Amino acid sequence: MAVAADHLTAEAPRATTREIDDRRLGIVGAGKFGTTLARAAVAAGYDVAISGSGPSDTIALTIDVLAPGAHAATTDEVVRHADVIVLAVPTHRFRELQSDLFAGKVLIDATNYWPPVDGDDPELADAAEGTSRIVQQHFPAARVVKSLNQLGYHQLEESQRPHGAPNRIAIGAAGDDQLAVRTVMRLLDHLGFDPVDAGPLENGVALEPDGSPIATTYTAEQLAKRISRCEATHSRANGPYV
Amino acid sequence: MIATLEFGLDTFVPVTVDEDGLPIDGAQAIRNTIEEAVLAEAVGIDSFNVGEHYRPEFMDSAGHVILAAIAGRTERIRLGTAVTVLSTQDPVRLYTESATLDAISNGRAQLIVGRGSAIESFPLFGFDLADYEELYEEKLGLLVRLLREQPVTWSGRFRSPLTNQVLSPPIAAGHVPTWVGVGGSPQSVVRAARLGLPLMLAIIGGRPERFAPYVELYKRALEQHGQPQLPVGMHTLGFVAATDEQAVRIQWPHYQEQFARIGEERGWSPPTYEHFLAEVDHGSMYVGSPETVARRIAQVVRTLDLSRFHLHYAIGRIPHEERMEMIDLFGREVIPRVRELLAAAPEPDATLAGGRS
Repeated sequence: MAVAADHLTAEAPRATTREIDDRRLGIVGAGKFGTTLARAAVAAGYDVAISGSGPSDTIALTIDVLAPGAHAATTDEVVRHADVIVLAVPTHRFRELQSDLFAGKVLIDATNYWPPVDGDDPELADAAEGTSRIVQQHFPAARVVKSLNQLGYHQLEESQRPHGAPNRIAIGAAGDDQLAVRTVMRLLDHLGFDPVDAGPLENGVALEPDGSPIATTYTAEQLAKRISRCEATHSRANGPYV
Repeated sequence: MIATLEFGLDTFVPVTVDEDGLPIDGAQAIRNTIEEAVLAEAVGIDSFNVGEHYRPEFMDSAGHVILAAIAGRTERIRLGTAVTVLSTQDPVRLYTESATLDAISNGRAQLIVGRGSAIESFPLFGFDLADYEELYEEKLGLLVRLLREQPVTWSGRFRSPLTNQVLSPPIAAGHVPTWVGVGGSPQSVVRAARLGLPLMLAIIGGRPERFAPYVELYKRALEQHGQPQLPVGMHTLGFVAATDEQAVRIQWPHYQEQFARIGEERGWSPPTYEHFLAEVDHGSMYVGSPETVARRIAQVVRTLDLSRFHLHYAIGRIPHEERMEMIDLFGREVIPRVRELLAAAPEPDATLAGGRS
């Protein structure tokens, strides 16, 4: 499994990977998390497009009220809109999206698999390298980063603090493409959180709900400590990205 | 608007502890709940509502049976569910139970239906969680038709079709008020509006004012779908005792125990005392003296423009005796005080202003 995954990652367009520094964001999923994130990103100065499962007019009113300034769109339009996309669908539904949909995009996997809530899903349940690895395998040409999965939707909004604020809450980002991770860390900072480089994608396990940081508010230092305790391999760097 | 404000108590019929801290018998917990409902009517509470779970700590697996027993002992209080996990119910059976309760209680039945956040009923009744959304959509559609117009001809994916079906006992169209419980999914808010059903917000953590945009979404969605404006209610958590200190002291260990257990199942961290106090101060735990709780309720009723306030009272295994005292205080002191506060001119809201820093 691991060998195949590494191989697939190696096939990804590494030569063209780059850090993305525009303020455009796509969000796939217009539920409570997707709409909350859209609102936060608009407030942080991002040009946001967001999609639900159907045509854009079914979520137009929702977006107009809950995330004014964001564009209600189809998923295809969201992908065209931005190079950084957040996957904010119910956990098992990522499989309903086409495998090449996010080719070359930074794809932030904000989903969590938790069997008592999501039901039995053997593939996700047995994901030794974390569920984001399974997401990466489904979207082989996407630059997957596990992040934004640690806080509940209302905590996301209630925990934002400006850069440099004391006791700012930390959010981790784990991914194999370092420039993609840096891109996500910049977004996290803009959203009001201390970004923590959690290392390669399999370190996303440390960010998943197994008694680890889910729904708990950690500072960057505390979170980095927890990640290094959990991780099997070395992490590139720990600590806030500036 | 304020004149129509109604107060309800919600319970999951918990297996409480006795005065020595030992768990009571589950059957006793059911009988205690019936006594609590009878007291609720006596002290002027408008409705009493029972949840739906299938787990050892809650005895609310057959809510309509409990509600029927309460109906036989009361005359005025409305009796309902909070919430019925509609996704795994047969709407036909739910109709017959509700219509029967309505007959027994002489027109006092009501329903709150939702997808449910506890999902143990899915494997128990043979449903697949992967169909979570589709099950709910289909069953809500059928239930609404059964409650509004019969005979019904209907077909769907999850139950056998109906042809010119008439169900007994009959009820007049719209006679059993049916609310949609929503936990923060915008899609559910819009769905309630589309179907023309009143909205019950389940606010069980964090600042209640963050639901204000959902209320606006609901009102605008009603307009968009050509529905009349409909009431919005709120279900939240709390406990009342003679003083703030006493209420916090009694509620905290039970809150801690219950949320630690749920957290273990759902992957949340166990609650801290600090978190609990924040919930009490400005979140979704209405815990304190009658005056403290009344002030917080009046504030949220104004902020969210509510027509109903349902308190899921005494979270966890708080003993029956303390529940009874709580219900007495809620009915005799909190409710009249909220009405008094709302009748007065709105005061500047320090908590709200401070919370938006």
